[in-house]
Amino acid sequence: MATLKIDTVSRWFGNVVAVNDVTMEFGPGVTGLLGPNGAGKSTLINMMGGFLPPSSGAVTLDDAPVWRNEGIYRRIGLVPEREAMYDGVSGYDFVLANAKLHGLPDAAAATKRAIETVDLVEAQSRPISTYSKGMRQRAKLATALVHDPQVLLLDEPFNGLDPRQRIHLMDLLRTMGKEGRTVIVSSHILEEVEELASRIEVMVSGRHAASGGFREIRKLMTERPHQYTIRSGDDRALASAIIAERCASAVQLVLPKGAGTAPGVSHDATLQVQATDVGEFVRVLPRLALSRGIRLYEVSPADESLESVFAYLVAR
Amino acid sequence: MSAQPPLATPPKSETIGGPFNLTVAQLTMRGLLGRRRVIFLLALPGLLIALAILIRALAGQDDEVTAGVAGGLGVAVFVPLMGVIAGTGAIAPEIDDGSIVYLLAKPLSRHTMATTKALVAMVTIVVFSGLPAGLAAFLMSGADNDLALGLLVGGCAAGIAYGAVFLLLGVVTRSAVLFGLLYALIWEAVVGSFVPGAKTLSISQWAASITEAIIGKDTAESLNMESAVDLGVGITLLVIVTIGATWYAGRRLRSIRLAGEE
Repeated sequence: MATLKIDTVSRWFGNVVAVNDVTMEFGPGVTGLLGPNGAGKSTLINMMGGFLPPSSGAVTLDDAPVWRNEGIYRRIGLVPEREAMYDGVSGYDFVLANAKLHGLPDAAAATKRAIETVDLVEAQSRPISTYSKGMRQRAKLATALVHDPQVLLLDEPFNGLDPRQRIHLMDLLRTMGKEGRTVIVSSHILEEVEELASRIEVMVSGRHAASGGFREIRKLMTERPHQYTIRSGDDRALASAIIAERCASAVQLVLPKGAGTAPGVSHDATLQVQATDVGEFVRVLPRLALSRGIRLYEVSPADESLESVFAYLVAR
Repeated sequence: MSAQPPLATPPKSETIGGPFNLTVAQLTMRGLLGRRRVIFLLALPGLLIALAILIRALAGQDDEVTAGVAGGLGVAVFVPLMGVIAGTGAIAPEIDDGSIVYLLAKPLSRHTMATTKALVAMVTIVVFSGLPAGLAAFLMSGADNDLALGLLVGGCAAGIAYGAVFLLLGVVTRSAVLFGLLYALIWEAVVGSFVPGAKTLSISQWAASITEAIIGKDTAESLNMESAVDLGVGITLLVIVTIGATWYAGRRLRSIRLAGEE
């Protein structure tokens, strides 16, 4: 059982704040570190892996500092995001070298098991330079597993894996989590983390935006106000009806440039609706349009990008 | 992929130490002596030895020519150049591409790592430039006098110090090759030749004190190979710089920072 703690950690590079006053605790089981690209996930993983000191705060594994503590790597396995490996050697030799560097008593047996675990047996004799992205990812994973670590840090491990490999890796990580290992997986894809992690920590713009089980995170995301763009035959009448139904917090009529404000709005105008209860809104909207004889030309969610979801979580 | 059964517990000691680690050495050798690189590494000594054979065949034995070719080119230019290639090449590419993470994420003493890499660099420099410089001198002047032996020992001593210094450069700066070439070709070859004070801060001059001691002061003077420093000072500085640079490289490896993709 191992607990990795991040205590009021900030990390800046010159004037750029990559991680801003983050406190988290990772215990046994699989935890997803979720956030868009540039959110500070890799910086956090690098600090947890002992490859970067915090500018302030502390990162500890069972109360022992991670930075400048080589002995800690007996307990930590790392799958970095960067692709570079020792390309001239075969997958087997590379994993074996990692086992020897750990000082394992039977490095060959550990290598065999790690390679079998990641399903790389067929390609183990080939030079790493000939590997596909998925094979490289599995070779990286084998090097991280070879010493049977208590803590496993994986930075975007699903990049480049095909669906079958993705499912297998998820099964493996879930099993390792159930065995009591502390498994931390960073990803920018919610669905990936949702399928895998019992707990999710959300990072946005270097800040710790949200924390909880995937249901809580999903709930936060679905309960946030959703913005819809609507084009209809009578935008003003539809706006009045939507506001009266109380399923939207704001409705804005957006006119095209140069258009007047007189009644008889052109079809180029749009309604921007901030729906507070999405389920109710999508149920009510067609009924309102039908009962008032208003034709709907377009109804589309305006801000479903992951970044906007994260931005909402940060702003809360 | 399937769940991994528990493996045998690794040794209890926290950090693996010692002066040398065979696995680090093997990985470093593979990086340094890859197929294309080894052809390049062989080109310099090959050129020197071919030149020595050609000169001996055409001009016969001439110690001044030997001093110019094996000493002026082999020891003064090829050894520091090989020092830059092997010294920085033993670690800088791994830091640049991030693959060093696989070494750093191990319970291995950073000093062991630095010492091992320095030793690999030193052996490479000696084999590909120090020994060929001595061999070239032997081919040109034979073994009648100690000129070949002096250049061999001096060249190898310089190569060992270059290995440590350029390895340190590879750890502390991303522009190690540039700084290494500036030092080897500008400082040592140009500034060191014309500015008297700069000569005393030159690895090649420290090594030249060993060559001078072997071939004798008179021969060194007649061949324009005298050193700017005494033998005791030269050897002391070579030892201090070699050990100091290797130790400091290990210390810097302890706090090396790897930024992510972000």
